[in-house]
Amino acid sequence: MTELSARLRPDPARSHGIPIAVLAEITHRCPLQCPYCSNPVELERASAELSTEEWLRVLGEIADLGVLQLHFSGGEPLARRDLETLVARAAALDLYTNLITSAVTLTEARLDALANAGLDHVQISVQSVEDALATRIGGLRGALERKRAAASWVRARDLPLTLNAVMHRQNLHELPEMIEMALDLGAARLEVANVQYYGWALKNRAALMPSPDQIDTASRVVDTARERLHGRLVIDYVEPDYYAARPKPCMGGWGRQVFNISPSGKVLPCHAAESIAGMRFDSVRDHPLAWIWDHSEAMNRYRGTDWMPEPCRSCAHKHDDWGGCRCQAAALLGDAGATDPACAFSPRHAEVFEAALAFSEGSDRYTYRDFSGGTPERDG
Amino acid sequence: MTPDSRPALPRFVKLRFDRARDIWLLLAPERILIPDETAVEVLKLCDGEATLAAIAATLAARYDAPEPEILSDVTAMLADLEAKGFLRDREAA
Repeated sequence: MTELSARLRPDPARSHGIPIAVLAEITHRCPLQCPYCSNPVELERASAELSTEEWLRVLGEIADLGVLQLHFSGGEPLARRDLETLVARAAALDLYTNLITSAVTLTEARLDALANAGLDHVQISVQSVEDALATRIGGLRGALERKRAAASWVRARDLPLTLNAVMHRQNLHELPEMIEMALDLGAARLEVANVQYYGWALKNRAALMPSPDQIDTASRVVDTARERLHGRLVIDYVEPDYYAARPKPCMGGWGRQVFNISPSGKVLPCHAAESIAGMRFDSVRDHPLAWIWDHSEAMNRYRGTDWMPEPCRSCAHKHDDWGGCRCQAAALLGDAGATDPACAFSPRHAEVFEAALAFSEGSDRYTYRDFSGGTPERDG
Repeated sequence: MTPDSRPALPRFVKLRFDRARDIWLLLAPERILIPDETAVEVLKLCDGEATLAAIAATLAARYDAPEPEILSDVTAMLADLEAKGFLRDREAA
């Protein structure tokens, strides 16, 4: 999550502003199979991906729109061999570039090429501080050691490093060690992100949902660490929705200041938007990006406050949380236009809490992310 | 930061003029600052070569202002940016 001066945010009275950041999911291919992957359950194949030439054009359109930050993500963005070319073009266009990677396929030579192309920042995901659990979650043996090595190469080149730790019932007990690992690896930032339940994570709710006690402990650990590590490590903490009282202003509001481009060029208000049934998203293959940002039906559907039902419509917080998360309303209530049930003002809020409690006592077995729609974890 | 410091932006911190919004920006990992007019003038002089004392002298001449006062203001501003990781002292590095 980016810390922004208030002057960069769109005027609350306007439905949207100049976009600040773009998440470019350049491929869905990935060497890991994490059961909470934020990609849609229906993954896009390599043959559907935008070509290098298409991306080079789109990067120009992104810069022309006034976008400041470009996050190269996936899948695993290193799976595309033209990543260096894309980073070089983005840097030449004065975009601030971030690589969001699992890092398990990173090499020193590749990192040199990316740094020379002008990469500004690297964000590495970690599944666990323990080799065995990291292997079980990501489905790749030796992943943790590769990540440690990659982090050291990043720091040796004086590139700033963020560690992204996705937390859930089966690894939340590691949070103190996770914070120590971020320090050991020389990260300046640690994102402690509780799993958000859309797509793959929704399939795996019973295996991932933490207990209320775990969440209480985690919040205390983060508070204490923030105080102790002030000036050394910035800790971003994404609270779990199901146990929250206030919804998140997801993406700073639907279509307000950021957007996502899928591997095939679909422009999405957020990375999970494809989980909403019945939505159709415009592609950079069919329209100029500037047109899509201003006029696409999907982008405008839940923009601003006009779409809001009660209790959002007359709520004092509507310009802070923008009604919360549309994908969550769709996933839990079957209606993307409803108040996010994570909000205590939602008439359905109590059900969400009850569901979370039930899921927190579910089976630990995962369904792994893959191109076949998911594979159940084997016994033992 | 001392008068002998040679302040410079680290490679991953970018000072740039944003034409779309008509403002100067300071870009860093997951952070975007809007420096005020004075800060922009100071940051443009932070090239890792000029000492803080020289930067203060340049600004004092440009704005016809007392140099000791400028030096103290600029030192405070740059020390704050250094603490946030937006600036480094090349001398100390």
